[in-house]
Amino acid sequence: MTAFETGQVLDAHTFTVTREDLVRYAHASGDHNPIHQDEEVARSVGLPGVIAHGMYTMALVARAVREWTDGGEVREIGCKFTNPVVVPAEGGAELRVLGTVKGVSHEDDGAHVVTLGLEVTSGGSKVLGMPRAVVRVAPGA
Amino acid sequence: MPLDQTLVGRSFPPTDPYEVTREAVADFVAATGDRYDGGPAPATFPIVLAFDAMQAFLDNEGLALHRIVHGEQRFAYERPVEVGDTLVATLTVSSLRQIGGNDIIGTTSALTAPDGSLVCTAHATLVHRGEEDA
Repeated sequence: MTAFETGQVLDAHTFTVTREDLVRYAHASGDHNPIHQDEEVARSVGLPGVIAHGMYTMALVARAVREWTDGGEVREIGCKFTNPVVVPAEGGAELRVLGTVKGVSHEDDGAHVVTLGLEVTSGGSKVLGMPRAVVRVAPGA
Repeated sequence: MPLDQTLVGRSFPPTDPYEVTREAVADFVAATGDRYDGGPAPATFPIVLAFDAMQAFLDNEGLALHRIVHGEQRFAYERPVEVGDTLVATLTVSSLRQIGGNDIIGTTSALTAPDGSLVCTAHATLVHRGEEDA
């Protein structure tokens, strides 16, 4: 793997999120909140429709981070959920994850600790606030 | 019925011990359209335990899950979560605000190993949407 440099822009990852993905994620995560499955319930609490679990969006972001860093050890990952990802019954919602290297520090054993600033959009709008990850990349990785 | 400020600082009993199985990790990875080929659990996997802790908290306070929207989530790791780990999550309410009929609840769930060592801290902000017609 090439070394990370501050300012480096990483290849964008694009995912399509469907209602089936949300059912699958609900089972895998244990989060069966009906706002992620049922249009009527979602609208009853003032949402525009069925929305993706914020944590599903974040899981896809973590997947992008894992691929960028070749399975580096995540020390920190977090974000605000600023806009819902509305998932239509047909097709799905597109999610785009962009990453920029914000900083690189070095540990005594030669590992690099990389801070990634992220930008996550759906339909051209940002859906996460200040998403970032701090990842330890082992020496020689 | 707004939540009471006396909640702030309160810790709830730890969740039942949860064993991280290969199957559970593989299902979680598969839900993101990827394939698990060994190694640590994905970075957001601890939500499985944090969610259990949150659900117990909501039940205790009489809050309905469908009125909860996730405002913020952060994981800070001491070490990666591995298949074979047995972990418990202990939730503490760290902050509480009321804005426009919604409760904004800050929680911190500590995920610990059987020897008591901290593995990961999950910070979550939960937005409890009030009844509009109340």
